[in-house]
Amino acid sequence: MAGKVKIRAKLKKGVAVVKSLMSHPMETGNRKDKKTGKKIPEHFIEVVDCQHNGETVLTAHLGASVSKNPYLSFEFAGANKGDTVKISWVDNKGETGSGEAKIK
Amino acid sequence: MIEPKRRLFLKATLAGSTLAIAVGAGLLTPTQVLAAWPKDAFNAKSVDDAIKGAYGSSSAAESGDIEITAPQIAENGAVVPVTIRSSMSDVESISVMIEKNGRPLGAEFRFTPRAKPMVSTRLKVAKSSNVIAVVKAGGKLYSASKEVKVTIGGCGG
Repeated sequence: MAGKVKIRAKLKKGVAVVKSLMSHPMETGNRKDKKTGKKIPEHFIEVVDCQHNGETVLTAHLGASVSKNPYLSFEFAGANKGDTVKISWVDNKGETGSGEAKIK
Repeated sequence: MIEPKRRLFLKATLAGSTLAIAVGAGLLTPTQVLAAWPKDAFNAKSVDDAIKGAYGSSSAAESGDIEITAPQIAENGAVVPVTIRSSMSDVESISVMIEKNGRPLGAEFRFTPRAKPMVSTRLKVAKSSNVIAVVKAGGKLYSASKEVKVTIGGCGG
């Protein structure tokens, strides 16, 4: 399904450790289509909003140098098991995706 | 020309509820969020210009309190795992640049007080290059660098 973010969130000594994987081609605009020889236009996630129980804890600004299917791991304090982590992204075309998971 | 918000709405109804999820998640409207993306920094062609674009100044002091974990030799330049950790306090932002990429700035992360000053991601490294981490902490800029050698280039060239 386009736009889904996979998230694994675990509590380690009071700190939530989050690992996420976004599905996205992250095209730089440099790659050429092998059939047409034309450059594939830029298409990449620009902003990622990471939330804990509805409150933003981290904002990521990405560029096309981030690998295809962006992986992002981060940590934050003040979390409890069962809390919700939600990660939403917007790309340069205005397309969006998101996912959420509970902290285990 | 369809007005942008209406175009997004139409796209969203076709794409399902992803727009609703984004807005509901407090992401505001995509156009507002995209306006915050530091365009000049990401389009900069040199590390100095990228730092200036992201932080307003390019003078960053080298610091031993920034740890960059990345492979010394990357087998596949398209997917190079990079982790940056800082032991400083009051970290507001961490950005990571790949010196020899056409546009060095890979990503910039903004931390709220609760977020730990570390981040891990995967980057494209076009050719053997220094990976540079810039940390803004307590209003000042610090940097560290680590060389990553690449055997197969990372930008599809």
